[in-house]
Amino acid sequence: MSTVSGTGPGTADAPSPDDALHEAAALADRDTPPRHGAAPDGPVLAADGTPLKRSLARALRLQKTRALMLIAPLLIFVLISFIVPIAQMLWRSVENDIVSNTLPMTVPELAQWDASDGGLPPEPVFRAMYYDMFLAAEAKKHTRLGTRLNYEQTGISSLFRQSGRKLDDLGKDILKPLRALDGDWAQAAPWFELMSGADGAAKDTAALEAQRDRLRRVTESPLAGEIGFAPSSEISALLPLTAQAYTDFAIFTVLEDGKDLAKTKPWETVYPALIEDMQTADVAGYGGPRAGMLQALRAGIAEFPPPSYSAAFADIDADWAAPQVWQTIQTHARTVTPGYFLNAVDMQLTPDGAAAQPESKQILVKLFGRTLVMSLIIMGSCILLGYPIAYLLANLPMRTANVLLILVLLPFWTSLLVRTSAWKVMLQQQGVINDTLVWLGLVADESRLVMINNQFGTIVAMTHILLPFMILPMYSVMQTIPPSYVRAAKSLGATNWTTFWRVYFPQSVPGIGAGSILVFILAIGYYITPEIVGGTKGVFISNRIAYHISSSLNWGLAAALGTILLAVVLLLYWCYDKIVGIDNVKLG
Amino acid sequence: MSIALAHKPGTQFTTAVTAAFGAFAGLLVGTSQGSALIGIVLGAVALGALAWALMTFDLPERMARWAILAVVAALGLLIGGIAGLFVGLIFGWFFGWLIYWIGSGRYRMKLAPYLTPGQVLWHYTFRVICGAIFVFLITPILVVMPLSFNAEDFFTFTPEMLRFDPEGYSLKHYRDFFTNNEWQRSFKNSLIIAPIATVISVSLGTLAAIGLSQSHVPFRRAIMAILISPMIVPLIISATGMFFFYSQIGNWMEGTLGLNKTFVGYVKVVLAHAVLGIPFVIITVTATLVGFDRSLTRAAANMGADPVRTFFKVQMPLILPGVISGGLFAFITSFDEVVVVLFVGSASQKTLPWQMFTGLREQISPTILAVATILVAISIALLTTVELLRRRSERLRGMSPG
Amino acid sequence: MESNQMKLKTIMLTTAAAMIAAPAFAGSHMASEMTIVSWGGAYSKSQLKAYHEPYSEMTGTTILNDDSSAEAVAKLRAMNEAGNITWDVVDVVAADAIRLCDEGLAMEIDPDTQLAAAPDGTSAADDFGDLLVSDCFIPQIVYSTTFGYRTDLVGDTPPTSVCAVFDTEAYPGKRSLEKRPINNMEWALMCDGVAKEDVYDVLATDEGQDQALAKLATIKDDVVWWSAGADTPQLLADGEVVMGSTYNGRLFSVIEEQNQPVAMLWDAQVFDLDGWIIPAGLSPEREARALDYIMFATDTQRLADQAKYISYGPARMSSAPLVGQHADLGIDMAPHMPTDPENAKNTLLYNYEFWADYRDDIDAKFQAWLAQ
Repeated sequence: MSTVSGTGPGTADAPSPDDALHEAAALADRDTPPRHGAAPDGPVLAADGTPLKRSLARALRLQKTRALMLIAPLLIFVLISFIVPIAQMLWRSVENDIVSNTLPMTVPELAQWDASDGGLPPEPVFRAMYYDMFLAAEAKKHTRLGTRLNYEQTGISSLFRQSGRKLDDLGKDILKPLRALDGDWAQAAPWFELMSGADGAAKDTAALEAQRDRLRRVTESPLAGEIGFAPSSEISALLPLTAQAYTDFAIFTVLEDGKDLAKTKPWETVYPALIEDMQTADVAGYGGPRAGMLQALRAGIAEFPPPSYSAAFADIDADWAAPQVWQTIQTHARTVTPGYFLNAVDMQLTPDGAAAQPESKQILVKLFGRTLVMSLIIMGSCILLGYPIAYLLANLPMRTANVLLILVLLPFWTSLLVRTSAWKVMLQQQGVINDTLVWLGLVADESRLVMINNQFGTIVAMTHILLPFMILPMYSVMQTIPPSYVRAAKSLGATNWTTFWRVYFPQSVPGIGAGSILVFILAIGYYITPEIVGGTKGVFISNRIAYHISSSLNWGLAAALGTILLAVVLLLYWCYDKIVGIDNVKLG
Repeated sequence: MSIALAHKPGTQFTTAVTAAFGAFAGLLVGTSQGSALIGIVLGAVALGALAWALMTFDLPERMARWAILAVVAALGLLIGGIAGLFVGLIFGWFFGWLIYWIGSGRYRMKLAPYLTPGQVLWHYTFRVICGAIFVFLITPILVVMPLSFNAEDFFTFTPEMLRFDPEGYSLKHYRDFFTNNEWQRSFKNSLIIAPIATVISVSLGTLAAIGLSQSHVPFRRAIMAILISPMIVPLIISATGMFFFYSQIGNWMEGTLGLNKTFVGYVKVVLAHAVLGIPFVIITVTATLVGFDRSLTRAAANMGADPVRTFFKVQMPLILPGVISGGLFAFITSFDEVVVVLFVGSASQKTLPWQMFTGLREQISPTILAVATILVAISIALLTTVELLRRRSERLRGMSPG
Repeated sequence: MESNQMKLKTIMLTTAAAMIAAPAFAGSHMASEMTIVSWGGAYSKSQLKAYHEPYSEMTGTTILNDDSSAEAVAKLRAMNEAGNITWDVVDVVAADAIRLCDEGLAMEIDPDTQLAAAPDGTSAADDFGDLLVSDCFIPQIVYSTTFGYRTDLVGDTPPTSVCAVFDTEAYPGKRSLEKRPINNMEWALMCDGVAKEDVYDVLATDEGQDQALAKLATIKDDVVWWSAGADTPQLLADGEVVMGSTYNGRLFSVIEEQNQPVAMLWDAQVFDLDGWIIPAGLSPEREARALDYIMFATDTQRLADQAKYISYGPARMSSAPLVGQHADLGIDMAPHMPTDPENAKNTLLYNYEFWADYRDDIDAKFQAWLAQ
């Protein structure tokens, strides 16, 4: 029967009415007729006439609901205010849509490029990059992308920053002869008229919305609202690239800068776009406004060679003329990347797949290992120091024990920062301990002990800080161990050691377990104390997480490190729950 | 003290034990004076002889102990100056006490008479080990206290301080704490935030723990893991993650509800700290409920009490110790928390640990030690009061103080 | 989810209402309050005296100090993502300002129209000169990272060159260095025979980085690594280290205000800048107020005033002649400025461009090297 009973704590001791409820439910489930009941043939009925099975199920449901109702407020609170934000934070460990959002045209073009022959990507990639980058620079997002890619290849950050400033050059170089041809090309109004078409002309709103959508991804702002412009369908078909470039400019100028389109000179991107379009465009049939400008340009197009985007990029910076940058962009273009996790285990994502980091940069795996080992040592020393204290407290008269408990709680009440500083004062070479030892003559003045800025310092300080977390659960468990067991064992002839080891110790294990899991979990996530007393060899992985969160802004890597750390902790938690049971954790 | 001393040990035993301690003390003094060996021999002989003499001639204890104290202190002064005097006082008191404690057999008085000498030895060795661990626990805090009276702005024992020169001491860091607005404001903030956060986590946590302790809770393990998670996620990750959530909540409260910005700031920090305190409450209260006999609630229900009444009159008093200790942990979590408040809080919610953190990083000021000393004094006072109240209520209830 | 959120909000509201009986429903925000973020400690105090107090007096604005500059970059990014920017003006070092500008988290400021010109009419852009290292950044002070040494522990020949740090024979004892590659790598190379002007070219190569680390390895066992600016002064006061690097203002405080037996070693000091940025995305009226504050706080007289309270050099050329005496000690501040010609015989300027690119890469190597 007991197979049905719950695993909850209430069922631990004597049979309870709950068990009876379960047994009855199990009975009612069976098809065999009950020994006594209202209707020998039909289902068993409860007092109010409903079938017992249903009635019991309802009672069970009610109980479950009540339990859930009690839990619900907290559960919802923790879920919303903790789990969801943490999950979002951890999601950053794989999120990588910044590349494809900032360079929406370049990424698909680049995907078709085969980098294995060592050459540069084809011209369309450069062209896409030019327009993407220009837009990103206007939206001031190119530097953000540069920072992101700089994690992968050193130097991209300043490459992007400087390129953003020089992107105008290509357009300006074209504008010069263009202006000589017709001054209107450098004016705001003629462009606006040309692009809008005549009053009442058909508008290519689809193109407008497509560009708006694209800009939205780059700028991360809603860009909603009427802009009072859409390219005319005729122009959009005749000069597709120009229309696109001008539409980008139009949306951005009206919605982000809040300027009047007819009075603002277009971005430099329209000039190379225009020249490229005009190489093949047949403007003879064009009847919209400013047809003369176009026809004049078409007639003199021989003086305007098609723009070379790759040459323009090579002019901006020689790095663009080398395949590495392009390979980096290609490799890190996907929206969900394993790159951060690879980085977190001292590997990197290369064009050829995952590879180990150069040896001189491998540190994180070592730090993970060190964090685990040191946390274990700290946990171990907490057990060693905490057990006698807890034992003493549990076996002293209440009065004395409470006074001594104050000694345990006092450090607990003192700020972590103060205690860490106090350890610094104690342990350093000109510190209290060394001074005392020197004064006593136990240590020579010139060979003072090195006890801080190393692993020893971290272990001592953290053991001290976490010791109350070990003592209190142990104490509360030991308090419940009846002294009669020990006396019984002794009177049966057991030696002191046997009594302790075979009788007392096993009963105190839950306390050790609870304290250990608490100390270990807390230790693994510490970073302030190791930062202050740990020197170079006593720092933990959390220190690197904090560094990447607050200094290098590489939140993806920080999130990946945090996810791994969390996974380790959860694994341990799960093991602990399996072995000891989380219900047995007692804090005091 | 009228009990006849059953085991007054022989003079030889007393002499030997005292001589052993004397040898150890001699080792310490001897090393600092140049020769450890001479120290050991001299210490052992001197103290052995002293013990033998005292036990043989049966001098009045009080007078003899004062005499020892005076002589050893004078010796200390002679060898090591003022500091030596202190060591001498301690040694003198200790040896006077030791000789009579052993010699008159007092050391066995509180122990069961059937213990073997080995067990007695272990008993006291164990006490000494425990004492050493207590010293480990408490020394850093004791070190902090004198430093907080430092006349200089460093965490250093200056030569003046070591000479006990009044010049080396000052109350300026205490003055700074009480007059500096930043410190006062942050102290006040901590006193506002920590108790409210504790109340929230204790009330929600206790309810949930009671719910969790029912026998038929679906997804019990998963729920438990979720509720404990604030304890196991590294703080820096929690801090950044929570920042986003609380910013949005803050936007909403300021924008839609039109609440005061400062007030919203407090709500944010309080809620963030409440989340961090929850695992401690859950763990302690669930653990208390494991031992809770639930037939009591059924009995209450049987007698016509409604669930609320049952909870407050029957369940609550019994699980109160767990709730209190959970609350204590939650309070400390908030009162000593620096990482999350750095992110979630803004200037007007600066808490004490935050102020200490900038104090440590941006200026070296023993003011943080003064604060720590004040807090320790307050908590000693509080804990002592609680203990005295407990003893009083025990007396009133007629229980013998355990 | 939606309903849960509503429920949570209801709960929070009730708790909130119950928590404080005092009227919490004030106007959405006070019209003239601004939050200025800085480093805390003596530095914030100098800003309070030189900028905040006169500005509040002049305009009636309440200024709230937030000592969060150390976390400013991370917090600003988080604020920007959450769309809730609570800061109005932020004090950061130039490297952070560049990062913030790159990330689009700080707004661009035009020095010619949005900053005050010098009293003689020189435009702000010319007055600040090369120190305008980023479009978003208005420098405030020039500080330097340099060495201080214990006068009683160095024997009869006090160090005169930064290379004394690497000479454990002549100057035995520990030294404290910052736990990051910046500055340390440059000093190591300079003391390993690389000419000052070649340092960054060498450091850009793998071999150069290895060379610098190898030089640092010669003293690795004698180094205490610091991460907070207050560490080295404490270590020097304790006699825990014989020499150590830190910000010159900290050393000034140790030497002049605390009278410790410490002296400055100005050789190869690395200049760096600290100044203001305004977060991007403020509402127009807050932005206008922040700009107004910046215009006031970075004018010639204000920058010179700050030097009364802390020994950092004003970033404007026109402020230098106005630097007076220390407000409490009454000593001349000019000789304690890192920019004083006596002190600035051999200096380096923090290479922002280089470190913006190489920081992540070299830092990973440096940390791996430290952990070996």
